[in-house]
Amino acid sequence: MNWVNAVIQGMLLGGQYALIACGLSLAFGVMRIVNLAHGDLAVCGAYLGLVLSSVLGVPVWVTLPLLLPAAFAVGMGLQVLLFGRALRHGVLAPVLVTFGLSVMIENLLQVAATSDPRGLNGGALTLASFHITSGITVSWLFLTAFLTACAVLSCLQLLLSRTSWGRKVRATADDLDTARLVGIRVRPVFATVAGIAVATAALAGVFIGTIGTFDPQAGTNTLIFAFEAVVIGGIGSLWGTLVGGVALGITQVVVGELNQAYAVLAVHLLFLAVLTVRPGGLFTSHQSAAEARGAGGAGGLRGFQVVGRVRGMRGRGAPG
Amino acid sequence: MKRPAVFRSAAADAGLSVTPVAVSRWSRTASAFTGVSVVVVAGLAAVPFVIGGPAEQPLITLLTFVAMASLWNLLAGFSGLTSFGQNAFIGVGAYALYLVAAHGVNPFLGILLAAIVGAVVALPVSALVLRLTGGYFAVATLVVASVFQIVATLSPSVGGTTGVSVPGLAGYSDVLREALIYWATLIVAVASVAGVYLLVRRTFGLDARAVGSDPVAAASSGVRVGRIRLLAFVVAAGGTGAVGALIALQTLYVEPTSVFSIQYSVDMLFMVLIGGMATIEGPILGALVLFLLQETLSAYGAWYLVIVGGLAVVATLIASRGIWGFASERLGWSLLPVGYRVRPADSGRGRGRRPNPP
Repeated sequence: MNWVNAVIQGMLLGGQYALIACGLSLAFGVMRIVNLAHGDLAVCGAYLGLVLSSVLGVPVWVTLPLLLPAAFAVGMGLQVLLFGRALRHGVLAPVLVTFGLSVMIENLLQVAATSDPRGLNGGALTLASFHITSGITVSWLFLTAFLTACAVLSCLQLLLSRTSWGRKVRATADDLDTARLVGIRVRPVFATVAGIAVATAALAGVFIGTIGTFDPQAGTNTLIFAFEAVVIGGIGSLWGTLVGGVALGITQVVVGELNQAYAVLAVHLLFLAVLTVRPGGLFTSHQSAAEARGAGGAGGLRGFQVVGRVRGMRGRGAPG
Repeated sequence: MKRPAVFRSAAADAGLSVTPVAVSRWSRTASAFTGVSVVVVAGLAAVPFVIGGPAEQPLITLLTFVAMASLWNLLAGFSGLTSFGQNAFIGVGAYALYLVAAHGVNPFLGILLAAIVGAVVALPVSALVLRLTGGYFAVATLVVASVFQIVATLSPSVGGTTGVSVPGLAGYSDVLREALIYWATLIVAVASVAGVYLLVRRTFGLDARAVGSDPVAAASSGVRVGRIRLLAFVVAAGGTGAVGALIALQTLYVEPTSVFSIQYSVDMLFMVLIGGMATIEGPILGALVLFLLQETLSAYGAWYLVIVGGLAVVATLIASRGIWGFASERLGWSLLPVGYRVRPADSGRGRGRRPNPP
């Protein structure tokens, strides 16, 4: 029963990883930017939730209508001020700029909030739980986090596949220059995508902060986990990201059941193993099929550049 | 100095009016600078005899920075491999030094062995991380550094979380030990700069820059992309391993959270960006800037790092060629030229208007 419990808890934990990761995946798929400050932005979201909920004296959930638009605005601002400019400076500049931003955020948080670990006030939800069987107890909070991740991914998928905004995003992701040629204004598309990425990161940060604790340095590890979920799932595939997150979560909890000290190591090794065996992630073939059909929400979000025999030759303008 | 070779193209032979060009790789400025740097290095080598202790400590820090920056420049500046997990190899070097010293090898000889260990460890690591490019490569290197740190933490033979002190230095007096560490740091720093310089002046340099700016185009022009990346990664890892061994010798203690600190990667990034990527002179200048910043601002703790991060962002967006890129463009200087200089042959040794290509 212990193992079943571990798998269930791991799956629920994986939902949180997927929630952080989907913004990373989206931003890379559309703008080809790996935001190394993504984890730090999630932690910023948690701190913003802390400030708002303690000022207003309400559980952090009540502050979400304030917090998420603020995060969206921050994302758009960052895109306009930093990422967009960095993208014009070539391939390396975004990596350098987002890493510099990550260092800045971590240390600004350190100055503003000290390195004490904090937790968020989740109200009655924090401790509520229900029993499936005698040995398996599921926390409502974990379940909410998992369901939220599924809901966010479904919404993104629907937005991408059904709306005119989604068509613009997919066109831009497919081929920037052609999208411009047919009259898509790329900058607003990029700005909204960055806004959504940061808003989902902030939402994930709120869950992380309610479930556990966070401190200014938590961003790097958050980024690493999100990144591993993205790569394991297959870059550009949103549902793959959920599967990747769940795989990470299950590995972490099951190995943690055996020996807590090896839990994080096992997650990293799983990532490196997937990288060795299937560098494109678990869902590449599905994604490529979706691409070939030109269907499927994130189908246009092409995989990252793998340097190697065949895929290394796929330039940005090559037909997908 | 050799006279620059004069090339006549086939078109010129055919009687078409094509200006013959002279290609040179060296200049009088470069000769003068080489002379100056030999004197400077000799002067630095004499520091323990002339000034002694008080000057050694800050110079050790500065020279360690110079070595780290030059090696990261080989990776990120020339070859386009922005690794933020080079702290992995600092750690590997530090632990390698501990292990060989614990087996009775002289710790100063251990620096060389640590470099070899760093390069050897880099081989399997490269097989994994070099499958990725750009930001994905960067995060994968973070994962590798994290794995190494956890493995060190979980290994009781190297002290686990508490760490170990470096043995084998009890036989030296304090003054001698300090001087030896200083000389070792000087040797590693000079070897890093000179090694990167000589490597980049070879065909490797052209190939690496092609790979760094566009791997697909480089591959289609016949550059063996995988091999170039591998060489850059392994050489940088070996050098960084030697730096890690030096850091272990300087602190006399090896502990996972400090030797695997991501701070080393942040420092490398900052120095190279501020000084100027893909130049030999830039990282040395960047090391000097970081050293001065650290001396003046380290009392402000986290604010110092906010400034470092902010300057890195600003440098990338506004002055992407760094201090040296800016200066050499204005002055037309190239103290350690790595490129080729092409000018009309009949203008002789006059002042060429074109600086070296970046």
